[in-house]
Amino acid sequence: MAVDKFEMNKDELIIAGKPFKSRLLVGTGKYRDFKETRSAIDQSGSQIVTVAIRRTNIGQNENEQSLIDFLPTNEFTYLPNTAGCYSADDAIRTLHLARELLDGHNLVKLEVLGDPKTLYPNVVETLKAATVLIKDGFDVMVYTSDDPIIAKQLEDIGCCAIMPLASLIGSGMGILNPWNLEILIDTLSVPVIVDAGVGTASDAAIAMELGCDGVLMNTAIATAKDPIMMASAMKKAVEAGREAFLAGRMAKKLYSGSPSSPVSGLIK
Amino acid sequence: MYSNMKITINGNIKEFKHESMTADELVDELKLTGKRFAIERNGEIMPKSLFKQFTINDGDSLEIVGAVGGG
Repeated sequence: MAVDKFEMNKDELIIAGKPFKSRLLVGTGKYRDFKETRSAIDQSGSQIVTVAIRRTNIGQNENEQSLIDFLPTNEFTYLPNTAGCYSADDAIRTLHLARELLDGHNLVKLEVLGDPKTLYPNVVETLKAATVLIKDGFDVMVYTSDDPIIAKQLEDIGCCAIMPLASLIGSGMGILNPWNLEILIDTLSVPVIVDAGVGTASDAAIAMELGCDGVLMNTAIATAKDPIMMASAMKKAVEAGREAFLAGRMAKKLYSGSPSSPVSGLIK
Repeated sequence: MYSNMKITINGNIKEFKHESMTADELVDELKLTGKRFAIERNGEIMPKSLFKQFTINDGDSLEIVGAVGGG
């Protein structure tokens, strides 16, 4: 399939029926301040931003600015997450609060962790929480391991995007098991978005070249020496990887005996 | 003669010079008016639309949350 410039502009990521031009989703944590958060997100071109739900500071400065002041909800699609939840009940409770906080907004990122040391997901609790949240009317984008069977079950119960780890949260170890990601991409119908583990631009490009529908990251951008420049690099990497995937790579062979220059007409 | 009420907010006990108050009055006392937040009272979410009707009583436990930076 030939993809010209015009068609690339129409290449959209559809999540729960809503189209997005950017296939890069970003977190909003670990930045120095809200100004840097905003600048980096602008450079990333991301339209979807994840946020955490935490206790509000009571009795603090009335005029203290909040994340939402810098990232207005009419400019970005918020993806409240359940980071820090270790049980289905905690995750469900958190997202109900998020929906109330964001005036009925249904699109959420579910993650239920199994272990504070590795932050590996607990897929049993994740399945439980997803089942309840979908029944409660949420559009659930779900963080999970790269186990193809669990991923399929999460799709079958109605999750609108499956978000496997590439490596562990905050590790920056990159794409450790491209083969499992390929199985997920082959077997699932909903978008597959790599969530967690991306360390640098080439990792994001590899995920997209494999055929992932998007990449979600936070630490790789926020903890770069220059987060704003890294955000720009990630934008290009996701776009480059996507185009390379659509363009279809050449076949790999150990050697070809087929040079790019003509074999005839050589001077004698 | 009013007696003070004690309520737990985000894990801390706070005293108010009322016997009870509406959620709206509490939001005002906490200077949260105009901010984005959600409140859970004794494990149940209080919809914003009902803040005028919901009464906060002595001994209630509240969680008040907002959106913060996260991945």
